[in-house]
Order: sequence, then structure tokens, then C-alpha cells
Amino acid sequence: MRVKIGSLEMKNPVTVASGTFGYGPEYADYIDLDRLGAVTVKGISVEPHVGNQTPRTFETASGMLNAIGLPGPGAQGFIDKYIPFFAEYSVPLIVNIWGKTVEDYGAVTEILGSQERVGALEVNVSCPNVKEGGALYGTNVDLFRTVVDEVRAKTETPIIIKLAPNVADIKRFAKAAEECGADGLAVMNSYPAMAIDIETRKPELANRTGGLSGPAIKPIAVKLVWEAAQAVDIPIIGMGGIYTPEDALEFIVAGATGVAVGTANFTDPSSALRVIDGIETWLAEHHVRSVNDLVGTVRA
Amino acid sequence: MNQEKTTVLEHRVFQGDYRLLRVAAPIIGPQVKPGQFVHLRVPRLEQAVLRRPFSVFKADEEGLSILYATVGMGTEVLNSVESGEVIDLMGPLGTGFPTLGKDKTLPVLVAGGYGNAALYLQAKNLPIKGGAFFGGRTAQDILCVGEFEALGWDVRVTTDDGSLGTKGLVTAALDPWLAEQDLDAVELFSCGPNPMLKAVGDRALEKGFTAWLSMDRNMACGVGACLTCVIKRKTEAGWEWARCCKDGPVFNAEEILWED
Repeated sequence: MRVKIGSLEMKNPVTVASGTFGYGPEYADYIDLDRLGAVTVKGISVEPHVGNQTPRTFETASGMLNAIGLPGPGAQGFIDKYIPFFAEYSVPLIVNIWGKTVEDYGAVTEILGSQERVGALEVNVSCPNVKEGGALYGTNVDLFRTVVDEVRAKTETPIIIKLAPNVADIKRFAKAAEECGADGLAVMNSYPAMAIDIETRKPELANRTGGLSGPAIKPIAVKLVWEAAQAVDIPIIGMGGIYTPEDALEFIVAGATGVAVGTANFTDPSSALRVIDGIETWLAEHHVRSVNDLVGTVRA
Repeated sequence: MNQEKTTVLEHRVFQGDYRLLRVAAPIIGPQVKPGQFVHLRVPRLEQAVLRRPFSVFKADEEGLSILYATVGMGTEVLNSVESGEVIDLMGPLGTGFPTLGKDKTLPVLVAGGYGNAALYLQAKNLPIKGGAFFGGRTAQDILCVGEFEALGWDVRVTTDDGSLGTKGLVTAALDPWLAEQDLDAVELFSCGPNPMLKAVGDRALEKGFTAWLSMDRNMACGVGACLTCVIKRKTEAGWEWARCCKDGPVFNAEEILWED
């Protein structure tokens, strides 16, 4: 079940999607965090950030919209408040980082990349819900490169670039990340989307638009993982609507080395553990020795 | 805080549009404190990714019950649940009502509609029983008066249409009553629609008595992770987000920064 993302070793391929699992302690009463391949925490920027106004989420058919807007305690706040919590656990810690400027990305990388407890940085260049940075860096390949270059220059810690789904050709971004020295890719962020109350004629989210997640986006995510995997040799963490072991295996066959369980954590906090157990059972039943042997085995 | 597969013991129309759902929950039931809630996965609603939060009405060693109205897709499907079915619950969640302050001798309950379900355990536990003000649109929306009276509460009812009790909002009965009390002794516990909570909160700040408000916001994770259900809580520097699911749902009225 072991997989590697750069020098980050995960004892199984399953992590949780940033933003669906808080900073770690929130779900510790419900599941043993050490059973996860890694914990990926909510996005952290250099300075504390207040995020969007409410309403911030809205349930849709087989999915949900969110426009939380990356509220957070800032890099130092995260270190003070949450790094001590993880001292009691051995699970690798992936910290999602974001910035409003290229300099911001560099600064947060310097602070968090030097933390011994941080196993990898997941670089969010694709948040659909913050005006500055965010999606802009994720959809313009030149700006995208400047961010990845900056982050790479500031740390030896593995960096995983989280790609935006709403681009004409995800292969260009995947390739660019690899060329800039990324250790892995996370595919995909939530898909820009909208819902409107027809009676009030107002958008359901205060931010008006948000990101769609959940089973509704799974086929989109599988396709993007499949495309990205053909373009690069670095490992991919696949995500988007994973609820079951079969969902996760589909991503792995499409080309993902790791997978992240996201919205399913809200539905059932034990979703990620069920996915881990189910993958293990499936591999045994199908006489597959290592999950790595299954990666990208989709047939033409 | 636990996750438990609970079995439905009873599910029936309680009154009018309101239903009572009682489940066997030997793990969660005994842990429930007044004002806490449970997060429920509605059976047979596979297309919904989110759970639904419900205040706990009653709880004991064996299980717990909720009182609910049909307000959307989740509660609509919940209507069809039958005795013996299994429901996945998370709970008890949130920070509920505190015990009566040391210097307080006059607890007061204020509820809008079935908001008083969230006050029942508090009403039962409080060492002193004072006034209970229940408001609703019509007589159909006034629940459990007898049960609160049986606990020793002096219940006053208001309805918007005057079909039961005094005609008007709950504050129409509360205000003249408060005017005759020693407000330093008053500690108020409230649950109901937001405009009612704000009206109660405004009075607490203006007149200087203590009030605890159970805030209701759309919720996703229920455990403090997703930051959906946040409200503005006053700080020295201005305000910060507080999570209704974790830091609340019960807040001291003086903490809350209301938005228009």
C-alpha cells in the first residue's frame, strides 16, 4: 500500500482533501489519524486571513458548492496552534499553502517548509474563491510557472501543485509544474460553479460563485487525472468526489499514485478509512502486490 | 463526541407539522448536555452529501429524541423513516447552555416555535424554574406547554394570530414581565428564529441581564472543520469568526456581532 510523492512516504495512498478536514484535531475524535496515508490541512497563507462572508456553502445534487475564501490563522498561527498537536501522531502532514502574490507564496513556503513536522507543501494555485492569486495563478501558465519557481526556490520539502480544473489543456500546467521542479500534482481543485435562489433571485453563496465538489465532479476529475498522467512522470494525487474504494481505484487506474477523500468526510468521517480498507481488500482479491502496480493501467 | 448507528424506536406526528423521532443511542444519549445537537445522515438520501443537524429534545441512558418540522429535502425524506430503521448519528456536538450563574436566581426561557425543544433539557436541569415564554405563528406552533409546566415553569404563550395566548410576538409578553423583575437576577436561555434571538439579545445588552442564545446556521461538517456555520463574535480588536457547530451553537448575547 506504500506510495511516495517525492521524498514523502505514505503508508497507504489515501489522504484527505484540503479544506474538508480542518487543521487535524477536528476529526481526531472520530478516526485514528495515524491510519491515513497523510493528513492534508486547510490552506495557510503568510498572514491570518478572514475569508468570505456567509453563506459559504450550499448543497447541490450529489455535491456541494463552497466559497469559504481560505480563512486561516496564518503561517505562524498554524505553527503555534497546530504543529504541537501533530507531535502525538506519526501521520505525515501535508500543508496546503496559498498567497495573494508570488512573494506571499515564497514567504509562506520559507516559514512552513522549514518545519520538521511538515512532510510536504501542497501549493494551492487554484482556489476558485479568492480574488487575488488563487485561480489567476492556476489558469495562466506563465504566472503559474512564477509561483512554482518561487516555491521550489524556497524549500527542499516536497511540493505538490494543486491544479485548477477549468483550463483548456491541463497537460500544459502539469508539464510546467514538472519542469519547475514540482514533486507531485494534486488533481483537481473544486470546479467553479453557481446556484441561484429563483424566488429571491440571489446567488446561494455570499461570494456568488463557488467551487463544486462531491460525486457530481468525479468523472471530470478522473478525466483530468488521466490527461495529466500522460503528460508527466511525477506522481499525482487524484481527488474529486471519492466516496468508495472503487472510486479511489478508478483514479489510480487513471494515473493517480495517491488519492484524497474530500466532501465524503462531511458525509461520514470514516469515509477515508473505509476507502483504505477497501483498496487493500481489492488489491488482495485481484492479486495485485502493490498499489503502485495499478497506477495508470487504464487500457486504450 | 461519537458516531453511532442508532435504531429508530418511535417516529410519529407530534403536533401539526411537527414530528418526534426517538432513537436508541446508548453511546450518544447519556453524553448529551442541554443545548447540544446531533448530526444525522438521512437514510435513503444518497444524493445529499451533507448531514442534517438537529437539537436534542430529550436524552437519557437509552437514547434521545428530536422534534423537527419539514423544511426541505432532508426532512422530507426523513418523514418516511420507520421504526426499526438504522440512522447514523454523530454527537453530541457543540457547546450548549451553561448551568445557572451563581448570582442568578431567576432563569427565563424564551423560544420561538419548536425552538423550545432545544431548551427542554436545560429546563429540566436548572435548579430553579422561572418564566418560560413561547411564541409561535399559530396555536399549532406552540409545543410542549404541559411538559414545561410539569417541570415547574410558569409558561406564557404568544401567537402572531392570537389563536393561543396573547396576540403578538414573544417579546409582547416578555417585555412587561421583565419590567417587573430584578434584572441582575435574570439569566435568560433562548432558541428560535434569528430575528427573535436578536430581539432577545438586544434587550439583554440594553437592560444588562445575561442571555444565552442558541444560534442556528446552515452547517456542513458539524465538527468545526469546514467553517460554513460561522458567525461574528466580538473581540477587543473588532470581531472574529466563531463556529456555531463547535464554539456554539449557544453564545452569550454580548459576544454576538449582529449583521443587518
